[in-house]
Formats: sequence, structure tokens, C-alpha cells
Amino acid sequence: MIEADALCKRFGSIEAVTQVSFTARDGEITGLLGPNGAGKSTCLRMMYGVLAADTGSARIDGIDIRGETSAARAHLGVLPHAAGLYNHLTARENIAYFGALQGLTRDQTRERTTALAQSLGLEGFIDRRVKGFSQGQRIKVALARALVHDPENLILDEPTNGLDVMAIRNLRDLLRDLRTQGRCILFSSHVMQEVAALCDRVVIIGRGRVLADDTPQAIRERSGAETLEEAFLAVLGEPEGLR
Amino acid sequence: MRTLVIVFVKEFLENLRDRRTLFSALLFGPLFGPVLFGAVVSRMLNQSVIEADEPLRLTVSGADHAPGLIRYLESQGAKLDFTTLSESAARSAVRSGQTPVVVIVPLEFAPRFRAALPAPVLLVADSADSQTRKVAGRARQLLSGYGSAIAQRRLEIRGVSPLLVVPVAINDIDVATPAGRAGAVLGFMTYFVLFAVLMGGLYLAIDSTAGERERGSLEALLSLPVARGSLVGGKILATCAYMSASLAISLMAFVVVFRFVPLERLGMSANLGVATAIEFFAICMPFVPLGAALMTLVASFTRSYREAQTYLTTVLLVPTLPIAFASIYSLKTQSSMMWIPSLSQHLLMTSVLKDEPIAMWDVVSSAGSSLGIAIVLGLLTARHWRRETMLG
Repeated sequence: MIEADALCKRFGSIEAVTQVSFTARDGEITGLLGPNGAGKSTCLRMMYGVLAADTGSARIDGIDIRGETSAARAHLGVLPHAAGLYNHLTARENIAYFGALQGLTRDQTRERTTALAQSLGLEGFIDRRVKGFSQGQRIKVALARALVHDPENLILDEPTNGLDVMAIRNLRDLLRDLRTQGRCILFSSHVMQEVAALCDRVVIIGRGRVLADDTPQAIRERSGAETLEEAFLAVLGEPEGLR
Repeated sequence: MRTLVIVFVKEFLENLRDRRTLFSALLFGPLFGPVLFGAVVSRMLNQSVIEADEPLRLTVSGADHAPGLIRYLESQGAKLDFTTLSESAARSAVRSGQTPVVVIVPLEFAPRFRAALPAPVLLVADSADSQTRKVAGRARQLLSGYGSAIAQRRLEIRGVSPLLVVPVAINDIDVATPAGRAGAVLGFMTYFVLFAVLMGGLYLAIDSTAGERERGSLEALLSLPVARGSLVGGKILATCAYMSASLAISLMAFVVVFRFVPLERLGMSANLGVATAIEFFAICMPFVPLGAALMTLVASFTRSYREAQTYLTTVLLVPTLPIAFASIYSLKTQSSMMWIPSLSQHLLMTSVLKDEPIAMWDVVSSAGSSLGIAIVLGLLTARHWRRETMLG
């Protein structure tokens, strides 16, 4: 479970995130939806602890991310917005590096890598150097890297960026699999179809505030809109939607 | 500690596969100095040896006015070309580089010489040209040698002891050892050694910081449950490993190059055998973590490879500053200088080359100050990595 509790963050005079609270539950996919610049990344960064909240807190399985960072992160896999790999290492070595830094033994890492290679479909290229990989292959390796320590919780910041249709479908299936395993998945996106197709729960963010937090269906019904997209625009208000 | 080792191993192996890093760390960096040095010094030495052995060539105008002088010059082994040039023609001949030096004996030489008055001789040379300056110096020496020989003869004829005009006899005693003379020539090789040290770690320092950011792997790394200090420590250590390798290769190359530099022909001996190379290695080792921490710190502030490269090229010049400062002001070696990194390594290496005794305390303070500063810079780097701005 991932919880945000009244998170606030200012950068200079700009209020990037204001009083953001929501919960992403186990066995569910929670989508953080908002236009560009709404504060999604800032929110997520506070939740995985690379940014400190000015006020408020975030908890991973009940552990405060800033208070006990290492303990909280042991339960958390992160796929940041920029999920670059080391080009001179093979996919396997990239995953093993993070496994080692997560504190796994060599044997544990090997086992997990084999399992992940199978479930994520990495077998064809796992022992090739990453240089020259397609964006889809890269995301898969980065995802394997984030999952190497078998975390119960997963945060993904715009994971579908730069992927083609096939790769996106692939990723959706992967995330559904992870949900079936009972994991808690929180991902951000500015693409409506993405969220509509995948999420059990949607948190809409605009100008750094939570504007809606419910199931896609409930949000649609409440706004009286036909589609989630229209509901999204209605929730944001017209000027926000056009920004 | 475990994190530190993991990061070290990964950075070490990853860069072993990077041709750019390998080229600069193990080829260009360490070999640039020895090769350039060998070429320049052997050319320099060959030239000065040739000059000393070669007979002095002079162009003389108006030789008829001073047959005695001409006989003297020829007896001293000078090769003379006789011409007839006016003073202005001689000036332009020298200025255009046709002849290096022209000696003009004017018409009034003979009557003034006979009357025992100072007889004029014009020596036309270009002092801006280092080659002809040397020729002019040798010509001047010969001419004044003739002058004093004549002066002695004149005094003897008049019944005066020529010793009366030599009230002081100056005897030069040069205590420079052959190794010491070599030290003066070899002074600038120490910078090449320090350059090799820094070049060895340049690309690794960039790759492990700005490179990490540019390829977008930094945020994932910073989201791991590990201490940032250990990450930085592992990266600096990996940089140190490449720098030590570069230092070792550079010193080995110097040992080889010195076999071929004809220092002995100048009566110099250069002390750069394997034993000296090992001493150099020990002297420079404390400079390695200092350079690694400095470059990692600077590169940590940059956003891209290109930006990091720009700043670190400047860092490459930093060790020259104390060395240049000390030599411009011709500062005498003092123990207090041993607290200044790069200068202290330069002075210690120079002492080894000159075969001078080295105080243990100097070695300790050189190593101590370098390592101390390295630790401070390392801590500053770790502090910067703990900041939010590190994410960029």
C-alpha cells in the first residue's frame, strides 16, 4: 500500500504540489492522471523519497519514506520518468547491479532475473549489451530492474512514454499480471486511454491539487460525461484542460 | 561498505568496455607526456651537443685592416668567410637571416691599433634569435680573448707585469652534479606525470556522474535503499583505480623513453630507472584520490558530458598552477611547500631525479595534505549527492 498524506512542495515561489492525499491499495492499479506540469512527477518523487515534502508525508506499507527511507524502499520498486540503462552492460548485468544494491545475494539475483526474464519476455536479449536496444526493450529491462527485489509496491512515472502500440499493450498485460499477484501499482500518465484501459482507481491532479479520487466509472457518472476524457476535462475545468 | 564495493566493481567493469575511457585513461593520457618529452628533449640535447662540437662560422668584412686578428681567429679554429660589406648591408644580411653573425673591421682599426688606442670592431647579430645569439656569444668571447692577449703583450713590452691588471682571479666551481643538471632539463616531466594521473580518471569521473544523469540512470540509482555516500565512494574509488593504472603506465613509458634520450652526452645522468619509477609512483599515489575526488565533485555539478568535459579540462591545468608559480618566483624548496598538493609531488620527484636527500617529514606532509584534501573533497561530493538538486 502506498499512501500520500497532505503532501506539499514549493519550488521558490511556485507551489508545485498542495495538500495531496490519496491511497493506492494492494491488488489495484491506481492511475495518477493530470496534464503536463500538473505536479505528477513531483508527487511521485516525494513518494519514493528523492524529494523531501515541505509538509505532509508518504508511507510505503505504513513505513514513512523520509523517516526510514531504506526500510520503506525495500518494499518499493521505482521506474522513474527517465529510466536510463547502462549501455556498456548487458541487460542481465543491469538488473544484477540493482539486485546487488538492493541487498540480494548473487544466487537470489540470478533466480529473480531468470523469473523476470520469463515473465517480462526478456529471454531473447538478456545477455546482449543494452546499447542499441529498442525503447520497448529498454522499458522492459528497466521494469525488471525495478522488480528485482520482488517489491510489493511499484511506482511508475509515465511508463508508456515513447512506446509503440504493441509495446504499450505488452506493458498493460504486464501490469495486470502484477496486479493479479496482489501488488500495489501506482503509475502516472497524461494519456486518458491509458488510464481508462487499466486503472481500478484514478486520482486526477491539476495545478498541484487532487481534483478527483475515485473509480473511473464513478468519476464519469458524477460529472455526467459520456467518456472518461470528457469527465477529465470537466473535472479540470476548461482553462486547465486547454493549458 | 558492501554498496561501495558493488559500485566500484560495476564502474570498473563498465568503463573497461568503453573505448573512449580506455583510450584516454590507458593510452593517450599516460603516453602523451613520455612521447612528447622524449622527442623534445632528445632534439634539444642533440642540438646543444652539435653546437658545442661544431667550429664557429663567422662572416668577416674588412679582413685586410686586421691581419693579426684574422690569424688569431683562425688559430682558434674559427671558419671565416671573407666578404666586403658596408655596415648597413651587414645589418640587412643578418636581419634577413642570410648570415648569422657578421664581424666588420672598419678602416680606422689599423691606425688606432697602431696608436694603442681602442680599435673598433663591429659585431652584427640578432639577439632575438636564440640560435645566432649563441654564435654571437662565442664570437664575442673570441674577440675579447684576442683583446686580452694583445693587452698582455703591450704591457710586457713596456716592462709591466701583466699580472698587475688581474687583481682578482675568479675560479668557477660548479657543484652541480650531472644528475642535478639533468634535473633542470627534466623539470617539466613531473607535470606530465601529474597530467597522466588526471587523464586516467577524467572520463570515468564524467561517466559516473554527468554520464549517469545524461543517460537518465541517475534517478533510478538514487531511488535505491543505499547510502549516497557509499555510491560516491565507489565511484571515486573506481576513478582512482584507472588513475593509478594510468600513472603506472606513464612511469613505465618514461623509463623506456629515458633509455633513448642521450642525456649522457651532456655529462648528465638521469636517474629514471625502475627503482626511481617506483619511488615516483609512491610519491604520486596520494595525489590520485585528490584528483579523483576533485574531478568527481566538479563533474557532479554538470548536467551533460559536454559540460563536464569543459570544466574538467580546466581542472587538468590546476596542478600546473603551483608548479608554475614556484618556478616563476624561483622559490627555494621549503618544508612548508610540502603542504601544497602537486607542488609537493613536483618537488619530491625533482629531488629524486637530482639524487638529493629527501626528508621523511616532507614525504609525510605531502601525502598527508593530499589525502586530507581528498577526504574533504570526497565528503563535499557526498554532501552534494544527498541534495535534492542532484536530481536536476
